[in-house]
Amino acid sequence: MATTPNPQANLTMTSTPVSDAGAGSLRARLFHPSTRQKLLAFASLLALMVFFSVANDNFLQVDNLVSILQSTAVNGVLAIACTFVIITAGIDLSVGTMMTFCSVMAGVFLTYWGLPIYFGIFAAIFFGALCGWTSGMLIAKLKVPPFIATLGMMMLLKGLSLVISGTKPIYFNDTPSFPQISQESLIGDLIPALPIPNAVLILFLVAIAAGVILNKTVFGRYTFALGSNEEALRLSGVKVDFWKVTVYTVSGAICGIAGLLIASRLNSAQPALGQGYELDAIAAVVIGGTSLSGGTGTILGTIIGAFIMSVLINGLRIMSVAQEWQTVVTGVIIILAVYMDILRRRRQ
Amino acid sequence: MQPEQTETANESGYLISLRNVTKRFPGVLALDNCQLDLLPGEVHALMGENGAGKSTLMKILSGVYQKDEGSIFVDGKEVDIDGPRAAQELGIGIIHQELNLMNHLSAAQNIFIGREPRGRFGMFLDEEALNRQTAEIFGRMRLKLDPRTQVGELTVAKQQMVEIAKALSFNSRVLIMDEPTAALNNAEIDELFRIIRDLQAQGVGIVYISHKMDELRRISNRVTVMRDGKYIATVPTEETPIDTIISMMVGRQLDGARPVIANAGDNKIVLEVKGLSRGHAIRDVSFQLRKGEILGFAGLMGAGRTEVARAIFGADPLDAGEIFIHGGKAVIKSPSDAVAHGIGYLSEDRKHFGLATGLDVKANVVMSSMNRFLKQGFFLDQAAICNTAQDYVRRLAIKTPSIDQPARLLSGGNQQKIVIAKWLLRDCDILFFDEPTRGIDIGAKSEIYKLLNALAEQGKAIVMISSELPEVLRMSHRVLVMCEGRITGELSAAEASQEKIMQLATQRPSAVAAATTTH
Repeated sequence: MATTPNPQANLTMTSTPVSDAGAGSLRARLFHPSTRQKLLAFASLLALMVFFSVANDNFLQVDNLVSILQSTAVNGVLAIACTFVIITAGIDLSVGTMMTFCSVMAGVFLTYWGLPIYFGIFAAIFFGALCGWTSGMLIAKLKVPPFIATLGMMMLLKGLSLVISGTKPIYFNDTPSFPQISQESLIGDLIPALPIPNAVLILFLVAIAAGVILNKTVFGRYTFALGSNEEALRLSGVKVDFWKVTVYTVSGAICGIAGLLIASRLNSAQPALGQGYELDAIAAVVIGGTSLSGGTGTILGTIIGAFIMSVLINGLRIMSVAQEWQTVVTGVIIILAVYMDILRRRRQ
Repeated sequence: MQPEQTETANESGYLISLRNVTKRFPGVLALDNCQLDLLPGEVHALMGENGAGKSTLMKILSGVYQKDEGSIFVDGKEVDIDGPRAAQELGIGIIHQELNLMNHLSAAQNIFIGREPRGRFGMFLDEEALNRQTAEIFGRMRLKLDPRTQVGELTVAKQQMVEIAKALSFNSRVLIMDEPTAALNNAEIDELFRIIRDLQAQGVGIVYISHKMDELRRISNRVTVMRDGKYIATVPTEETPIDTIISMMVGRQLDGARPVIANAGDNKIVLEVKGLSRGHAIRDVSFQLRKGEILGFAGLMGAGRTEVARAIFGADPLDAGEIFIHGGKAVIKSPSDAVAHGIGYLSEDRKHFGLATGLDVKANVVMSSMNRFLKQGFFLDQAAICNTAQDYVRRLAIKTPSIDQPARLLSGGNQQKIVIAKWLLRDCDILFFDEPTRGIDIGAKSEIYKLLNALAEQGKAIVMISSELPEVLRMSHRVLVMCEGRITGELSAAEASQEKIMQLATQRPSAVAAATTTH
């Protein structure tokens, strides 16, 4: 901590011109708060993995590692969707049921209407984007607070999923290639030693795309700017409402991808599923160091956060810790992660 | 994005002309037929008490608000400014009073927000071009700053420079500055004025809003005075005495006589502080405060004055030091301990720390004495609260339509009085006033001064932290000057002068030591 420039010290020195040169240097960047948060999160993940592999021999088995990867895919993709929204200082409580709604819509297109598989993929992503757009419009144009707007969407979509499916699961028996989206292993076909399921591949592709979008594009810049100071962005002549709606739309489309992943893994759209996923996703984002007050956040952090959660659950399960206690531990970890973040900020 | 270049000479020669601009807000006539003419290369001061309409007029010029009536001419041509972007395209830049920056973004990213240089597909950002163009602007301003620095890590002064750079990046020919020096120290003000003069030389017209009279003399060519949403007059700064400007602003002659300060030297010591230290912020600070005394704390921004007040008030932990109240050693670990010892602290930031702005006047007055207004030990005694609030509104002459008025709707001066009432009600006899008149207009300032004097006469002990030297000189029985966390000198009312205070405030015996130990 001693290496960070102390803003207080800086303040007292302002009567002499302080050169701020070198802020972009490697050393400065390495010790930049956001980098340190990532390192900290990554170190925690490693520590967890070391702990579990010492505690139980089964943890480091390839099968188990693959199952950790597999179980992170859905939450990881949802968490990426949430990251966009949370960086704008918003919140999206509807990602879980939105995911379910998207998988139900894929089921409608593929099983009810018998359309080719690409229509199902399109439907899931399209309806995700549409739901996100709706939330975005409610928030940006009608000024409904994000918490309320997405709480409403959460319940609305849960109900719609049940209505559309007649409360029964929709199976993808007519489209045998559908389960392959998630369960087959393209990587495993090429390199048999690495049987990493496609769901994980998709998670990483989505993560890379999201990372590029957040850091390299205009849209990403405005996402951060929205969370940092929306009024300043507006006064800079940027169409704030448009970009906010776009953030929710993109987030919704990513939920659509999560919907495909889960439906493909279960080979069915389960309309009763989904509620509770949003909280896991938000937890992953927060553990990954993204602040709920907006303006900061990274996809890498979110991915690490999602893995911390699934490694924790997996490890505890291997150690035969009862499921109810797994939940208790997860809760403690979330509070700890955020508290450590607060401590770190306070020390600066 | 370039401002349209008009080749045709315009007869008036004015860069900007506002004619008969009128703006109504629900229930208020905010601007009533206002005028303003700005010449190229001119610093045009816009003066008026808070609520006079200066900021509203400038927000219309910069496209934040739309006028209801009147016309705006740029280079003699009538224009329609329907949003911030339209203003930018006309070359009108504004630096808002509350800095409008995104703390999480870098300086360069802030400056080019909304106009990022784009690379491939018109979608990806060209970060290199962004930083290069920003460095060019900083170069033109002769400003040493890495474009990649996160704005949140900069001092307020540097943030302001970033705002100016942003305005310049639009090739602005008109720059509006709304109280740019409110949070700057003298060295930073000098730097700002250097940049303003550079811009002036390049033909940029500057509208300069400020409450500080001495600055007008230094920087402005002409002054336009507004009052109650109306245009009063435009006068050349050089030839107009400050008293005339003030009387135009307030609509009456100010009583020039300074209030007589009662002699408090013989009173007993109420508060004594010995060897107070906290990191680099407070270094071995010791002083005494007497009953009925107003002790001025002078120094540059960041000298550690607020930190000392907060430490004594228990808001920040101490590394070392002892506090004696009425001769007895006091252990203060939290603000509630401090209040129990009769210490009140009036923050420089009323809106954040002093007031619950959403609540009404009476709720704010009784806020920290709530347990005195209980019935059966649980229910609030509304009648007693109303009586007490009424009483304080009368005693402190708080201008409010009623005690049910939300605090946020009152002016800065009256908000400050509510905070004072809150602490008086709490029976505090040691009061720390941190920048008590910041953001308060001239008329209300003298009322706050009167109130401070009256409190001292009643035997309250007052510490007044102020960055405005005339205020320190006018009010204090004694002046302590701080620099870099240390007390660098003590001056009696008789020997204190602006020069002496500035000399002490810039004494930096620790400058070398600080540079080596902070890293």
